[in-house]
Amino acid sequence: MKTKSSIKAFAKHSSIVLAAATLSLSASIAHAADTIKVGVLHSLSGTMAISETTLKDTVLMLIEEQNKKGGLLGKKLEAVVVDPASNWPLFAEKTKELLEKDKVDVIFGCWTSVSRKSVLPVIEELNGLLFYPVQYEGEESSKNVFYTGAAPNQQAIPAVDYLMSEGGGSVKRWVLAGTDYVYPRTTNKILEAYLKSKGVAEKDIMINYTPFGHSDWQTIVSDIKKFGSQGKKTAVVSTINGDANVPFYKELANQGLSAEDIPVVAFSVGEEELSGFDTGPLVGHLAAWNYFMSADAEVNDAFIDKWLAYIGDAKRVTNDPMEATYIGFNMWVKAVEKAKTTKVDKVHDALIGISVPNLTGGVATMLPNHHLTKPVLIGEIQENGQFDIVWQTEAAVPGDAWTDFLPESAKLEADWQNPKIMCGNYNTETKKCSGQNY
Amino acid sequence: MKLTHIDTHAVFRFILFCLVIILPMQSTAAPIATVGQIKIQREDAALLLNELITAKSTVDKINLINLIANSNLPQRVAVLEALQSGDLYYTKKAKQLVYAHSHADGYSAVAVIGNEDLGVVGSRAVRKISINNELRTVLRGVLAEISLRSENTAERLQAAKNLVRSPAAEFLPAIERALVMESDAKVIEALKLAAAMVNLNSDEQVLRLEAIESFRGSLDSDAMSLLAAMQLTDSDGNYLEPDDLVRESAAAVLKQMRSEAKIYKLIENTFFGLSLGSVLLLTAVGLAITFGVMGVINMAHGEMMMLGAYTTYVIQLLMPNYIDYSIIVAIPAAFMVSGLVGIVIERGIIRHLYGRPLETLLATFGVSLILQQAVRSIFSPLNKSVTAPSWLSGSLEINGALSLTYNRLYIIAFSLIVLLLLVFLLKKTFVGLQMRAVTQNRAMANSMGIRTGWVDALTFGLGSGIAGIAGVALSQLTNVGPNLGQSYIIDSFMVVVFGGVGNLFGTFFAAMSLGVANKFLEPFAGAVLAKIFVLVFIILFIQWRPRGLFALKGRSVED
Amino acid sequence: MLNTKIFERSAIGRLLLADKAGSYLLMVLFAAMVLVPLCNLLMPEGSFLHIPTYIVVLLGKYLCYALLALALDLIWGYCGILSLGHGAFFALGGYVMGMHLMRQIGERGVYGNADLPDFMVFLNWTELPWYWYGFDSFFFSMFMVALVPAALAFVFGWLAFRSRVTGVYLSIITQAMTYALLLAFFRNDMGFGGNNGLTDFKDILGFNLQSDVTRCVLFALSALSVMLAYILCRAIVSSKYGRVLVAIRDAESRTRFMGYRVEHFKLFVFVVSAILAGIAGALYVPQVGIINPGEFGPINSIEIVIWVAIGGRGTLFGAVIGAVAVNYAKTYFTGAFPEVWLFMLGALFVISTLYLPKGIVGVVKQLQDRRAERNAPTSQGAQS
Repeated sequence: MKTKSSIKAFAKHSSIVLAAATLSLSASIAHAADTIKVGVLHSLSGTMAISETTLKDTVLMLIEEQNKKGGLLGKKLEAVVVDPASNWPLFAEKTKELLEKDKVDVIFGCWTSVSRKSVLPVIEELNGLLFYPVQYEGEESSKNVFYTGAAPNQQAIPAVDYLMSEGGGSVKRWVLAGTDYVYPRTTNKILEAYLKSKGVAEKDIMINYTPFGHSDWQTIVSDIKKFGSQGKKTAVVSTINGDANVPFYKELANQGLSAEDIPVVAFSVGEEELSGFDTGPLVGHLAAWNYFMSADAEVNDAFIDKWLAYIGDAKRVTNDPMEATYIGFNMWVKAVEKAKTTKVDKVHDALIGISVPNLTGGVATMLPNHHLTKPVLIGEIQENGQFDIVWQTEAAVPGDAWTDFLPESAKLEADWQNPKIMCGNYNTETKKCSGQNY
Repeated sequence: MKLTHIDTHAVFRFILFCLVIILPMQSTAAPIATVGQIKIQREDAALLLNELITAKSTVDKINLINLIANSNLPQRVAVLEALQSGDLYYTKKAKQLVYAHSHADGYSAVAVIGNEDLGVVGSRAVRKISINNELRTVLRGVLAEISLRSENTAERLQAAKNLVRSPAAEFLPAIERALVMESDAKVIEALKLAAAMVNLNSDEQVLRLEAIESFRGSLDSDAMSLLAAMQLTDSDGNYLEPDDLVRESAAAVLKQMRSEAKIYKLIENTFFGLSLGSVLLLTAVGLAITFGVMGVINMAHGEMMMLGAYTTYVIQLLMPNYIDYSIIVAIPAAFMVSGLVGIVIERGIIRHLYGRPLETLLATFGVSLILQQAVRSIFSPLNKSVTAPSWLSGSLEINGALSLTYNRLYIIAFSLIVLLLLVFLLKKTFVGLQMRAVTQNRAMANSMGIRTGWVDALTFGLGSGIAGIAGVALSQLTNVGPNLGQSYIIDSFMVVVFGGVGNLFGTFFAAMSLGVANKFLEPFAGAVLAKIFVLVFIILFIQWRPRGLFALKGRSVED
Repeated sequence: MLNTKIFERSAIGRLLLADKAGSYLLMVLFAAMVLVPLCNLLMPEGSFLHIPTYIVVLLGKYLCYALLALALDLIWGYCGILSLGHGAFFALGGYVMGMHLMRQIGERGVYGNADLPDFMVFLNWTELPWYWYGFDSFFFSMFMVALVPAALAFVFGWLAFRSRVTGVYLSIITQAMTYALLLAFFRNDMGFGGNNGLTDFKDILGFNLQSDVTRCVLFALSALSVMLAYILCRAIVSSKYGRVLVAIRDAESRTRFMGYRVEHFKLFVFVVSAILAGIAGALYVPQVGIINPGEFGPINSIEIVIWVAIGGRGTLFGAVIGAVAVNYAKTYFTGAFPEVWLFMLGALFVISTLYLPKGIVGVVKQLQDRRAERNAPTSQGAQS
């Protein structure tokens, strides 16, 4: 008897506990219809906070500005900021929360490839809308993601072209140095294929991978030095990520390798990273981006003034992912106005083909493959932490989701407009979308 | 590289030739150019210099630089130096060439022609005359030739070395002239090398052979690079160096140079290993106190280093004009800051947890989260730039193949000094005696009249303070940001455990051997695998000696 | 009536009747296992009792963590082995499951390659590495979920316990183990997808992973696993064998001198714990949709220890409570206070170590004791 009654008591007790827990979790699903909610999914703590916090501030600034103009479709925009804490599964969890609990209409977020990959299944399942503002390795085109950063053909290949040209030093020998993750791996594979197609021999290409946050570069820099003393002009193409850059450049400078001897062109070093560097020894090294703070354009001056006023610190800088966020935000606003709704499918259709001014004085257009047209700029690092633009492409380069320099990828094509294709990975050989189940 | 140089110089000679012919026609009063120097009158000077504003392509600019260098303009050195250092601008409206230095409200500008002070101009009212790496190479050579005539020996040596790195036929007369006048042995050596580098491109076989022979015994990497270039073939399979005799002798000399360089490579590798080891030692030695001696699993140790690095940053902000001395000031400052924070943590948290070592892990982990977020809130999550003082930059050149970087040399010395001071403090002072007494037998020490609480706080403060000092050193090597500590904490624990908990000598030996092992594995296995091998080695080693390399003996180690 | 008697007599029944708090826990878990899927699938959206899918997934994730914490409490709470590398076993289990799910994608990858996962295709791999063979079979994979962590734990434990590595030395080399694995899995050359890890899973045993039903089933399985694991752990620690474990925890040398082969006992429990952690990882991966080397991070492993400590070490149910409580706090803080949540989490850790030395369970017990004291005034004098 006693057992039975106590089991009953347990059951009663446990159901109360359970109900309380569920209630507290779902309590905040109050849905206000009079605002348009914008999700901001950038890490505010952990290793990526260094880069991502700025983008959170950028989105908040753009929202504030839009609200001053009277909002969107007569409603105010409301930012929903969460912190995925540089933890990749947490990115997926927070995306679910933003879409299901907060019912946001659009998300601006992610920085690393792995965070995007983690978010991808969720955003496709719940049919959300993500603007991804960072240069990346390509090889992707999702219906629910718009890529406003550079694809490899908008950064890596023009940079190598520049170095091979006479003005860039007629480089004949290449060190491809990167952090061991997917962006450098893919970019270097593409570059390797591209260089070989330009007649560079296997032995004139040195590829080196290091772990995240690698801090002891003595051996590698000494190897680069040796590799560079074989009689041909040598350059380093660096896809070294974030934290590892400072010790890398410091070691270069200390071992006496200057930009005149072996220039380093980096794809992940921008104004913001430089603000954490002692730039003295870096002068002359290069970076390839689609935007530099030093770009000479009225719209850029205005953006910089607004940013400095918003953040309240005259020493802060602007950078390429900020421009990508700016373009993405303006495109979304324009598309919502055109579609007269925030419904994802309508906005998606309205987004393709939309053009907004970029910050370098040109125009960015959203292509059917969800990538942008972008100018490519090469900048040289200056003493003051800014880039001096030494070269730029004459016309904007359209972003290529699938590179032509990898055999498997060359077959694929992304088109979200052409009713015959309507997918992110259309195989031009088999004439169908390879595999995807959406 | 070789090809482009020939091309650009050919173009240069052609333009120079044209100029010599055209200039007299333009201004009748101008005297004809003499001995490579072009005399230019005032209005032409303005014209020539202003062309810097309009010249767009790299080739145009190279020609212009050569013209200016070979002119008799009084400003030529100043202009070229400003161009090289990036201080040469022009005003957007008046298209006037100015020297500009950055100023709080923009730039303070001085006109190049006429030296008129234009005061402070807005940062967007002027534009820089941009240069790239090609131009920098040319400028380096041109300016080196000019400064070969300097009174200062160090400047001449630098100039000669720069000429070695930017060899061009135009400089040969200047080099030879300088060789006659020069008395300093080092400068002569560098000049001879420079001359040989130029002669390597000479048309005469004898001169080239002589140049190659003169490299024998030298280990200069640029010379090796040129010799190696002679062995290469072009796209049609023809050697770039058509003369067999020259090529073979170059190959022979190159072989000898390379085999000699190998020995130095070994020395260099050992140096790399020792310097990595000394970084490990610095980061671990503080932990050897808090963890090794006190038994506190201090997860906030990395954050103490971070505080030290941020202290360095703040000190540099406070004394922007004395960057060279800032590090000296930062060392005691970082020791104080981290030490005080350590004492606060000990008094506030850890003292309640003695005898529960594993719980110190949890509490200090919480502290480390709080400290990281505090730094993020105060200084923003961005990395901060800490400038390297001039005496820490550059390298000590032993010879062409071996140069030891100064910052690493200083860090090796610094870590040894810190270790020795610490050993002295613990073994030879009264405070050290008390610290050892308390950690060995708290109750006994207490009953002998030692204020154990006070000693605990002091010991923890000492360990934390040393971590702060390590932070100063790290600020010279890596990022100063909120994550600085996290990247070193695990390595520090490994070093302490490998060396034997509670043994400072063990920590020293462990740090150095792990550093050297890592660096000798790296060339074969790559950076990642080398690290994995070292970790696996530590795991296996602990099986063999479960108490580390130098285990403490005696009763106190029994648990 | 009869049922009750059988229950009382059965081994499990006896076990649970002696463990009141554990029975409560099992009740709650059982209720959750039944009610949460029902509330998700049957209640209409917008209803008061409806539980949205993302909460089901979230709760499922917490339960995986709870299972992991349980595994750690078994060795730390009852045998004194403080593993700071238990995340490694969890991640290995996760990777095994991830490999199976990757193979299930088949031709539906973006490149449409039937054999190779996408990340191998674009890095120009031409054939599947040998260690990927067999993972297309579900049963082989499930076998490996247990075997891989168990094998690592066996080798590692055999070496370490035989050489009598104990205390902080053991803790630190477990850190070294997970750190080395972290670095190894980060390498793209290893063939496990490098930093991006394994992702983009489609279905498991033919069931779409995105569907609510699959999610509810996975949740129920997680709840069931925690219940079974709890019963297993309870059975181990309350057996004679468990007493020896506690003896080892409290005085290892003495136990050895009494003739017990300490290393065998330790090795057994270490391997069991690793298997449980591996199962937790395998359940975790299909629910969160990604496994990457970050799970090997030494900090993650330290966090597991914190869950156990905050819940209450050496109680088993405390581990479950701690894992759920800390992770709920994390979810809540990162959403509600994105800028300052680390302050709160840090303070939580500090305060709970200072003021709750026995964890949440300890506090509850204290309150209970106090109430019991009030109810029984006669025993007042004896305590204090």
